[in-house]
Amino acid sequence: MKKKSINYGKWGYLFILPFFIIYFIFSLIPLVDTVRYSFFEYFRSGIKEIGPNFIGMENYISLLKSDMFKYGANTLILWLIGFVPQIVIALVLAAWFTDARLKIRGKQFFKVVIYLPNLIMASAFALLFFTMFSTNGPVNSILMSLGWIKAPIDFMGSVFGTRSLIGFMNFLMWFGNTTIMLMAAVMGISMDVFEASDLDGCNSIQRFFYITLPLIRPILSYTLITSIIGGLQMFDVPQILTNGQGNPDRTSMTLIMFLNSHLKSKNYGMAGALSVYLFIVSGILCFFVYRMTNDNDPDGSKKAAKKRAKEERRRLRG
Amino acid sequence: MKKRAVAVLLTAVMAVTGMSATVVCHAESEEGKVINIYSWNDEFRTRLEAIYPEVESTSSDGTVTTLKDGTEIHWIINPNQDGVYQQKLDEALLNQADASADDKVDIFLSETDYVFKYTDKDADVAMPLTDLGIDPDTDLADQYDFTRTTASDSDGVQRGSTWQCCPGTLVYRRDIAKEVFGTDDPAEVGEKVKDWDTMKETAAQLKEKGYYTFSSYADTFRLYGNSIAQSWVQPGETTITVDQKIMDWVNDSKEWLDAGYLNPTVKGQWNDDWNKAMGSQSKVFAFLFPAWGIDFTLSPNWDGDAGSWAVTNPPQEYNWGGSYIHAATGTDNPEHAKDIILAMTADKDNLLKISEDYSDFTNTKSGMAEAATDDANFSSEFLGGQNPFAYFAPVAENIKIAPLSAYDQGCVELIQNSFSDYFQGNVDFDKAKANFETAIKERYPEISEVTWPE
Amino acid sequence: MKKTGSSFRTVFAHIVLILLSFMCLFFFYVLIINATRSHADLQKGFSALPGKNFLENLKNVANDGSFPMFRGILNSIVVSGCSAVLCTYFSSLTAYGLYAYEFKARKAAFTFIMAILVMPTQVTAMGFLRLVTKMGLYDSLLPLIIPSIASPAVFYFMYSYLQSSLPLSLVEAARIDGSGEFHTFNRIVIPIMKPAIAVQAIFTFVGSWNNYFVPALIIQSKNKMTVPILIATLRGADYMNFDMGKIYMMITVAIVPIIIVYLLLSKYIIAGVTLGGVKE
Repeated sequence: MKKKSINYGKWGYLFILPFFIIYFIFSLIPLVDTVRYSFFEYFRSGIKEIGPNFIGMENYISLLKSDMFKYGANTLILWLIGFVPQIVIALVLAAWFTDARLKIRGKQFFKVVIYLPNLIMASAFALLFFTMFSTNGPVNSILMSLGWIKAPIDFMGSVFGTRSLIGFMNFLMWFGNTTIMLMAAVMGISMDVFEASDLDGCNSIQRFFYITLPLIRPILSYTLITSIIGGLQMFDVPQILTNGQGNPDRTSMTLIMFLNSHLKSKNYGMAGALSVYLFIVSGILCFFVYRMTNDNDPDGSKKAAKKRAKEERRRLRG
Repeated sequence: MKKRAVAVLLTAVMAVTGMSATVVCHAESEEGKVINIYSWNDEFRTRLEAIYPEVESTSSDGTVTTLKDGTEIHWIINPNQDGVYQQKLDEALLNQADASADDKVDIFLSETDYVFKYTDKDADVAMPLTDLGIDPDTDLADQYDFTRTTASDSDGVQRGSTWQCCPGTLVYRRDIAKEVFGTDDPAEVGEKVKDWDTMKETAAQLKEKGYYTFSSYADTFRLYGNSIAQSWVQPGETTITVDQKIMDWVNDSKEWLDAGYLNPTVKGQWNDDWNKAMGSQSKVFAFLFPAWGIDFTLSPNWDGDAGSWAVTNPPQEYNWGGSYIHAATGTDNPEHAKDIILAMTADKDNLLKISEDYSDFTNTKSGMAEAATDDANFSSEFLGGQNPFAYFAPVAENIKIAPLSAYDQGCVELIQNSFSDYFQGNVDFDKAKANFETAIKERYPEISEVTWPE
Repeated sequence: MKKTGSSFRTVFAHIVLILLSFMCLFFFYVLIINATRSHADLQKGFSALPGKNFLENLKNVANDGSFPMFRGILNSIVVSGCSAVLCTYFSSLTAYGLYAYEFKARKAAFTFIMAILVMPTQVTAMGFLRLVTKMGLYDSLLPLIIPSIASPAVFYFMYSYLQSSLPLSLVEAARIDGSGEFHTFNRIVIPIMKPAIAVQAIFTFVGSWNNYFVPALIIQSKNKMTVPILIATLRGADYMNFDMGKIYMMITVAIVPIIIVYLLLSKYIIAGVTLGGVKE
């Protein structure tokens, strides 16, 4: 049997070849190139090119002295504002949609609608928000005509307002997607478990916290990690909403917007160094994803076996 | 005798070689079939169609204009904001040498804010006009001098030319003027806005009746920014010097905004709120606009009757905008480029026609002097029959253009952006300064230092 | 007691769902309403009723040579369609290659793909741009399509799907019948993977349709621009083009195709994700 599969081994190489060739050409070569230029002074002044001149670690050092960490913090805050409500709502909706006892009318309609915002490109969505929430825009007109507010709210004039808008947009765009992912996970749980819990007299809240939540942990962590990656790459929404400046006071400037402003001034050196920093952060996250997705023990059976063995040993010793 | 024979021979040889040289030259400078023109809107195209006799027709989508000799003008339009236009133009100019004849940039446009980047003699992307066969001193003698200075490199070699000269005026709502001052007569209103001190008293008066004088702090920026004493960056240096005038703008804007003379909900220009401030529901009394602003910005945004606005003198002379036409180095259509530049910027009749049809203030001193008194042809329907040229012309004659640098656009844009937070009370003064320094160094990596006035 | 509790829950669930649906749909509603109004109408403030300028705005969008929106939609369809096909096919192929065959580098290859799973595209954007320029592919749609062959995330999805739904005995049986390896993949494996391919095809299509960062770097000429670049340039449109009615219409035109595609395929999306996710 084993011998036979060795015969077929070359097919394995053949089948994965296109993937690796394309990856090496379009991702690995650029990566090496980017890293190389990060050690150079290389930009454009007016329409004249300056450099490339080798300057060692200077780009890295000047980035450390820049507001890079502040932009990192902005990115984190913006991500949290969008992600926390997103995961909470998605969990609740997933529980509702999969609860056989809860009769929801038009369930299919709701399932379709919640995913709709994910279809709009972020740039168009941001543009729409920008007009909707401008000081004299429709949202303010509606609130005023309802008599809820007297003077128009200046949404994009305050740090809180701008960040909330960005967070709200991210929430609206992604909660449907997350709901569907989690729903799939919940539906993967065996019905027997739910039936058993019913017999034990669990109410829906208990069931959610003691049965559903622990059992969908792998998908939940997967959602978390992919969302972190998405958050790290946050660009379109704040870029367009704040006209690329991250106003007010650059508090909505994300890391990728910072990268983009270097790309704009054709500062290949500095952009390269920033890319390397981003790569390191991604690398750390990669490690966690790898650890998690490579978990061969999704149901905890091996862990339990180990524990049993340990207890066995202890008993033997004792 | 011998001498004479030699001389005759020489002349003959010279004549022959000269002739053959002309022939060769002609063969070499065979004009290309496609003229690529880079611009950021169709302003140039519409004017060219109106006055250039060689134009045959333009395709319905506005991308190709065919000339009578069969040459096609391809219009390559990219928006100005976010630097998209320049990014694309720069790419094309850098590839100019390798591009095939039909892909070469032949003519491109630039604005006052960044004209210096392209007329830079080291970059050498815009041809000196003399190389095209235009003598600025005779051919362009009727142009306003400041426009010629603006289009010249640091050695004074003119590398571009404009049809448009953009002296600014103050344009105000007649109904508000009548209510607050009891008169809407341009001369009397002009008295109330003649300088900054008077202007401030008028602003207080407007505020009492619930009106804003201007819509946004960005509206007044040009008036200050045009009168800086030295350029943002001196040639060959890497230090940005913020002029005292700019700081005056910052201080005055803060004062005006806090006093309620400006509409606090309008942040900057070219956005939705600013557009709405020009509508009939708005409480804004006046805008500071040159001719194109009234034509393209105010008029489309105004939803009331024509004749509701009038023009008067601004508190300070200023210039805003101006599109310069350049022939790109390496063009395969130098003859067409020369012809177009001369037709668009040096022909008084053409320029007057542009003024009449599009209410542009055009670059002809004698022509504009005539227009100022020619109410029959130059009165504006939007302004209820007023002749705005009577107010533009004196401003144009008094404009002294501020010294330029290749960094002007970034400086102008980012200083407004950074201090916008300060005006709205999001950051303090020092933080706004620091933000400007960060942003400008990101935009121009070679900038090493920013010095502020005491 | 229990009954009132659960009926309260039902009511509460409906309220929350209606609220969320309202938020999701409200923006579409405003967008479409605004697309029917003229610039002057829009100046006067928000109105819940549609205006009369729908056709006028549509005509403006269709005829503006500086914003070739319909050309952009065509480009987007080409790019997204090709990406979706290439991406799902080659991801399945790679996943099958690693799943069905034993070979030395197998574990290393798998580990490598998992490691690059989360690399942000922006990190290599600069190098990518330079490479593409050197290859003479600047301002071409190809660099937007070809790299989708190597999509680690789609690979991972396909791999999990194979684990849960393709017994290796099936492959063995095919070999005994004399089916070639490549033939087996195309005729037997691909049909089994149909649901997973459908889901990932839609996700890839949507992702590619909405991609802004990379196309904005690569594309230069007007007639090759994709929809997101055109949308982004809208906000940069300067005074000559400042017609809000037209801008709203352009956004509407740009999102309508993808919404139609989604509504037609929404069955597969919701059912398909469920299928893929059951693995655990």
